Amino acid sequence: MIRLTATLLGLLLCSPSWAQTDDLQEATRLLRQGQTAQALDKVNQFLAAKPRDAQGRFLRGLILVEQNKPSEAIAVFTRLTEDYPELPEPYNNLAVLYASQGQYDKAKTALEMSIRTHPSYATAYENLGDVYAKLATQAYDKALQLDSNNPTAQSKLSLIRDLFTGSVRPGRAGVKPEPARVAVAETARPAAVVPAPKAAEAKPAETKAPAAAEAAKSDPSDEVVRAVRAWAAAWAKKDVNTYLAFYAKDFKTPNGEPRAEWETSRRQRINAPKKIEVTVDSPKVAMADANGARITFRQGYRSDALKANSSKTMVLVKRDGKWLIQQERVGN
Amino acid sequence: MQSVKYLHKLFLTATVSSAIFLAAPARSDSGPEAMLNQVFESINQNRLDTALTQVEALLRSNPNFRLAHLIKGDLLIARVRPLRGLGDAPNAPRERLDDLRAEAMARLKAYRQPPPADKVPRYILEMQPQQRYAVVIDAQRARLFLYQNVEGVPRLAADYYISAGKRGMEKIREGDEKTPIGVYYVTANLPRAKLSDFYGSGAFPINYPNEWDKRLGRNGHGIWLHGTPSDTYSRPPRASNGCVVLSNSDLDALAKTLQVGLTPVIISEKIEWQSIEELAADRKALRDSIERWRADWESRDTSRYLQHYSKKFSAGNQDYAAWAKHKQTVNAGKEWIKVGVSGMSMFRSPGQDLVVVSFEQGYRSNNLENSMKKRQYWINESGNWRIVYEGAA
Repeated sequence: MIRLTATLLGLLLCSPSWAQTDDLQEATRLLRQGQTAQALDKVNQFLAAKPRDAQGRFLRGLILVEQNKPSEAIAVFTRLTEDYPELPEPYNNLAVLYASQGQYDKAKTALEMSIRTHPSYATAYENLGDVYAKLATQAYDKALQLDSNNPTAQSKLSLIRDLFTGSVRPGRAGVKPEPARVAVAETARPAAVVPAPKAAEAKPAETKAPAAAEAAKSDPSDEVVRAVRAWAAAWAKKDVNTYLAFYAKDFKTPNGEPRAEWETSRRQRINAPKKIEVTVDSPKVAMADANGARITFRQGYRSDALKANSSKTMVLVKRDGKWLIQQERVGN
Repeated sequence: MQSVKYLHKLFLTATVSSAIFLAAPARSDSGPEAMLNQVFESINQNRLDTALTQVEALLRSNPNFRLAHLIKGDLLIARVRPLRGLGDAPNAPRERLDDLRAEAMARLKAYRQPPPADKVPRYILEMQPQQRYAVVIDAQRARLFLYQNVEGVPRLAADYYISAGKRGMEKIREGDEKTPIGVYYVTANLPRAKLSDFYGSGAFPINYPNEWDKRLGRNGHGIWLHGTPSDTYSRPPRASNGCVVLSNSDLDALAKTLQVGLTPVIISEKIEWQSIEELAADRKALRDSIERWRADWESRDTSRYLQHYSKKFSAGNQDYAAWAKHKQTVNAGKEWIKVGVSGMSMFRSPGQDLVVVSFEQGYRSNNLENSMKKRQYWINESGNWRIVYEGAA
């Protein structure tokens, strides 16, 4: 399933003035409510003052997608890749649009660019896996003289639209306190980042030692790491009930969707692959107080359909003696 | 990555046995098969990105090359998950996938195991000067080898992937969907304009059933070398109703070398290879026998002459006894006989001690003069070459 990146992770850094930010937030809100024409007016108003602003243009691209104007949206995202070649998100969304038009070769190129700018970008990896599989299917169909209008093509395209409407929401709004720094870290990294596969290989040795040390010390941050490892283990075992039990009642779902809806989609996603491996590496815990913690770690994910390595941040709270996930997002 | 390992394994299997062969003759480095070989080579060297670029280039010039599409699919899938085998297409129709796998193995083997450089098929005992080329087919390898006549010595000029009968080899009767085994000749050249699309860029019928096939009661007809329909670059190794099928570009190249009525097409299950020296020794033994037959005919000593004929001899409706009686009668009326033999070719029938000999025969006697194209089948009976069939070619 191809996913459209709705929030431009790296772009919060170009924080414009408050009034203008309000325009953007208003446009986002209108888009979420399906008032795309008004949203477009708002964002155009904003862009009249700041024509080069990446976030505004990105939002404009999303609105055009929602208005079913793919060629205009493609133009917006293409120009974004030209002006901000270091940003993976416009490439990713360009790929989604190409894929929805059946132009898988172009989608492949765009996603490869997205990953080149940002090797740990999990969404692009996931999408690229889908595009490779799609291209492979086309090749196999030609090899075996099968009808290439197979039903999977249709179902995938409709899924794109579903995911799009779900993902327009500013899912990472919850982590506002330090947006500027987060963004700098994310965007400045690409060139220096070690390609994902290598990071994955280096893993085993790294993980054992901290685990042993943690057991010996038994301070609250070790409890947090143990909880996250248990969460990863439940995921890998596809034990969805245990997995979901790690999420606090007030867990902020990534796209602001209702809890039940999110649980259903997690259940489907986790059950879909035959086999999953999840690893947690280099965990770093910051305790807010005795019952609150923030953890960042490298998450290695591998299934029969996908291999991805990404950094992840979680906010956990301790309730009734158990650490529970309150927030979860890709990136740090 | 397991997928890489799998592809590697595939290539290693094909490589190990290639060590027994010596270096291959120079091969064409352009054309679809050469491009496919470069893809194989890149996979072998674990340069899968290069392989993908190469296979995409190959498909741009040959969009109907189904096997290339299959390999492209695998190279893409290998980026997503480990490959379980060649042609890892989910829900693929088994039969079509098996066909493409068989083609892949055949082409890969041809690339990895070229024919031995210091040996030739033991079938080409002697080409006559006008025969510029001889065609030898190895059905197991799905390969056609083209030998050039270089001052009497066969030299490998080219080899091509082929498809043969879907039910295998040794055709016996009409409709058995098998390809015959034996020594045949090209009998006609049918251009594309006279054919349906199914036969591709042209067709060259051969003389199945030949004299030996007829003697054994084999029937059927219409065994051709021909091209490929326009919707595909190639067909699986076992696909035809008995014909030998080449891709159109290969057929076009081969067509330039074929001489109607002259070029031999020797079809084998599996080529038996022999050194040039062994071949020369066999040639000499057979030539000596033929020379003794000629001299004994001139001697008018019919019993000596008949020693060169097998008891199994038959030609038309004559068996050995009828033949012997006929010859005794004819020779009795002769005062002198002169027999000249020229333009001789000798081709061994695959898997047998049976040699098809063709030549120009000049016959003169006190009361008759006659020249003809003659064909004889010589068989080896406990070390002695004897004629088992004889007639006009």
